[in-house]
Amino acid sequence: MINTAREPIIRVRNMVKKFGAFVANDRLSFEIFPGEIFGFLGANGAGKTTAIRILCGLSKPTSGEIKVAGFDAYHQTEQIKHNIGYMSQKFSLYEDLTVYENIRFYGGIYGLTLSEIRSRSAELIDQLGLQDFRNVLIKSLPLGWKQKLAFSVAIFHRPKIVFLDEPTSGVDPITRRQFWSMIYAAAHDGITVFVTTHYMDEAEYCDRVSIMVDGRIAALDTPESLIRSFQVKNINDVFIKLARPAAPNEVNQ
Amino acid sequence: MNRFAGFVRKEFFHIFRDKRTLLILFGLPIAQMLIFGFVISNEVRDVGIAFYDQSHDAVTRKISDKIVSSGYFLPEFNIQSPDEIEKAFRSGKVREVIVFEPEFGKKLERLGTANVQLILDATDANLANLVSNYTTGIIQDFVTKSNQTTQRPIQIVPEVRMLYNENLESAFLFVPGIMALIMVLVSAMMTSISIAREKEMGTMEVLLISPLKPMQIIIGKVVPYAVLSCVNVITILALGYFVFGVPVQGSLALLLAECLLYILLALSLGILISSVANSQLIAMLISAVGLMLPTILLSGFIFPIENMPKILQWICQIMPAKWFIIIIKDIMLKGVGLGYVWKETLVLIGMTGLFLLISLKKFKIRLE
Amino acid sequence: MRTILFLLQKEFLQVFRNRMMLPIIFVMPLIQMIILVNAATMEMKNLNLFIVDQDLSSTSRQLVDRFAASPFFRISGRSFAMDEAESGLKRGQCDIIIHVPANFEKRLVRENRAEVQFLINAINGTVAGIGYAYAASITAGYNRDILLKWNNPTAAMTPIKSIGVRTSFWYNPELNYKVFMVPAILAVLVTVIGAFLSGLNIVREKEIGTIEQINVTPIRKYQFIIGKLTPFLILALVELGVGLTLGKLLFDIPINGSLVLLFSTAAIYLLVVLGMGLLVSSLAGTQQQAMFINFFLMIVMMMMSGLFTSAESMPDWAQTANIFNPIAYFMRLVRMILLKGSGLADIYRDVVSLFIFGIAMLSLATWCYRKTT
Repeated sequence: MINTAREPIIRVRNMVKKFGAFVANDRLSFEIFPGEIFGFLGANGAGKTTAIRILCGLSKPTSGEIKVAGFDAYHQTEQIKHNIGYMSQKFSLYEDLTVYENIRFYGGIYGLTLSEIRSRSAELIDQLGLQDFRNVLIKSLPLGWKQKLAFSVAIFHRPKIVFLDEPTSGVDPITRRQFWSMIYAAAHDGITVFVTTHYMDEAEYCDRVSIMVDGRIAALDTPESLIRSFQVKNINDVFIKLARPAAPNEVNQ
Repeated sequence: MNRFAGFVRKEFFHIFRDKRTLLILFGLPIAQMLIFGFVISNEVRDVGIAFYDQSHDAVTRKISDKIVSSGYFLPEFNIQSPDEIEKAFRSGKVREVIVFEPEFGKKLERLGTANVQLILDATDANLANLVSNYTTGIIQDFVTKSNQTTQRPIQIVPEVRMLYNENLESAFLFVPGIMALIMVLVSAMMTSISIAREKEMGTMEVLLISPLKPMQIIIGKVVPYAVLSCVNVITILALGYFVFGVPVQGSLALLLAECLLYILLALSLGILISSVANSQLIAMLISAVGLMLPTILLSGFIFPIENMPKILQWICQIMPAKWFIIIIKDIMLKGVGLGYVWKETLVLIGMTGLFLLISLKKFKIRLE
Repeated sequence: MRTILFLLQKEFLQVFRNRMMLPIIFVMPLIQMIILVNAATMEMKNLNLFIVDQDLSSTSRQLVDRFAASPFFRISGRSFAMDEAESGLKRGQCDIIIHVPANFEKRLVRENRAEVQFLINAINGTVAGIGYAYAASITAGYNRDILLKWNNPTAAMTPIKSIGVRTSFWYNPELNYKVFMVPAILAVLVTVIGAFLSGLNIVREKEIGTIEQINVTPIRKYQFIIGKLTPFLILALVELGVGLTLGKLLFDIPINGSLVLLFSTAAIYLLVVLGMGLLVSSLAGTQQQAMFINFFLMIVMMMMSGLFTSAESMPDWAQTANIFNPIAYFMRLVRMILLKGSGLADIYRDVVSLFIFGIAMLSLATWCYRKTT
């Protein structure tokens, strides 16, 4: 649960990212608190992935003040990386390694000892029900299992924050539900979850959401407050209301 | 027709926007020409030698001076003992050690004959041969000249005419080979990679669903590379002519026609490869190992076919490049016409037809 | 340090699971050895001579016999008229025409001087040059012998002098071109794996996107690079071993120097080559680009390195350029160690240069590789 009395674990003030003349992120400002599940919504091309990459230390911001887990995003990217986990949109696990080999690799990279890796991975494989697949190559697993495993690997080293970039794309609704229970469990353990998605119904699972339109944050609040203030039935409609002035040609969902 | 033109234009854009690959496609033939033309030679120049003069008299000095002043050699050491010989070779600085026996001058005067030993580093056998030949020649010339003062001179004078390539420009040998190689590289390899890439990315299916006919797709993919090849051929010919003096003695029209034929052959090979390869990497590997490497090695480009073991010579016969190089050399350097090269031309036509047939068949099967 | 070990573990697993990698590594040297070395003979054998003897005297016949007796020439035809010879040359049936004009012997006896014509197909300039050198030396030898015979020594006062020239060929007494080529092939094999495969590997990760996952972890740049390059360093050395064994078994090449020295030198050379492959793939956007740039650089450097002919025969500017050509160094070193048994004292300067080159290249490549864009 969020506790606004505590210090924010991610603090962003006026973050700008330009690619040449194109402004991908236009003066974003927000704060995220430990243990929070924060949804970062927006249409494709609104600037979500750009922002997440800056927060992960993959990209340098053009200007603005950004602190992740207490470290500065300009000069302390390596320390940031020690404290975060990441699950990318395109890929997370090596297809030509087995389940166990992937776990061992990422565990080792983040500094876990071999015995820690062994015990935690046994736990993890049990939890996911992958006992029979411990030595199976990732490419043979169905997409849903890959995604769940990828998430578990991303938090294997118990980072303070985990960034998920469209983690449930292309996955069936039942698997999505299971995935979100895993996210809840992680948040319950104190891990802050920063998730981007364009599935509007998932927004309602988050503690707070922000909606990006054309590189700016157009709205930021709890899902219930947003629905109330925009006087609509669900987040989807909030989004449409926000997006319409910017993209008059958008097809109604 | 408009659709087709649009498709061809897109293909051209793909190529021209990839500046790096383009640079290499044009730069490679030029670089190869320059290197082969200027760098690779079997000339004897500045070859390091050492003298092991056990005699130290006027005659040995004269002979040594004559050798050094020939301009072929560079004296590096003076050796004082037999073990230094090995050391000299091992240092890599010396290719030949010239050993004069003790009392050389005296023996020559009294017995009328004395001995010189040439010890050569034969790791590069050809160079060793040349160096020993040149050195022997200089020594024998010394003998002949010193005998002439006492006896009547009898001279058999060799007159030499180097045909087709008066200045022994190594470029003459390489230009046809480079043409064959570059055409294979651009037409076959690039085409196969281009088609394979569409397959790999899945855009091939999109194309097949479109109103474009499969034949149009193939031709559209292939045309830009054909054009590039033609440009390359002209570049190579021009470079060859203006920089190295490689002429086109025969009919330029015939030459270009044969080049076009070969381009067609290479293109059909590229199509064939792409029909077998599933990904760019595989297409690249097949083209490189299965096509380019044999073209370099087994076409008579650098290594003469006649010197190869029989089995390899048989394999050479199925290399299209081999036939093409013969045609090009004959037309450019010997100035012959179709009458001399009709056999090889027929072979090329046959091969092209065969490859096109096979590729068409394979494509039809894939579509059904 | 632990991080590197984990990285290496992953890399090795991936390399060995890659279906294509292993056959390339073991089949390629086999093919290259067998075909390349057998095909790559620059030896000159059996140049075809066509004799047009219009004199038909005993002198001209003796001269022709000298050519017939030489192992380098083969008499492919004789005729009295030139046209048959010339069309034979055009058709490629003979390489050299020897034309002894009429009155050859007469002129030699009366005027002390007569000409012999050599018409040589010079399309292959090297063969023409060497062929002519042999022909000229046979002619000169015959000339000398006539000089001795016809100048009656008893009539004259001073004896004819002659100098006996004995030639010995060291390290390769049979003048076997294979001995020259096999070390070169070994150098090529090592280079291809070092530069090509390692670079491709990195670009492939870039293309697939897995590289982002690495960039987001606390793995330092140098750890990542060591992890990526080490497997290929080891593979290249294994390849060298395989190639060397094949060379010994198939062609019985000499191994006169220290193998330890050879492999250590190879390892240092690989630093340079791996660094280059890495640099290219950091800069290239796609696999295709990386492949082509690497390909281009490799070909140019290989040609200039003395692969086919000795680097010393090259013009000065080329030799200067070769100072920056790591392949040239390695080619030289392999030949020197294997064929001549050169030791550390003989080659240390080259080795040190390579080492400096390698460190510089790797540092540059590491610096260019960006985890954060």
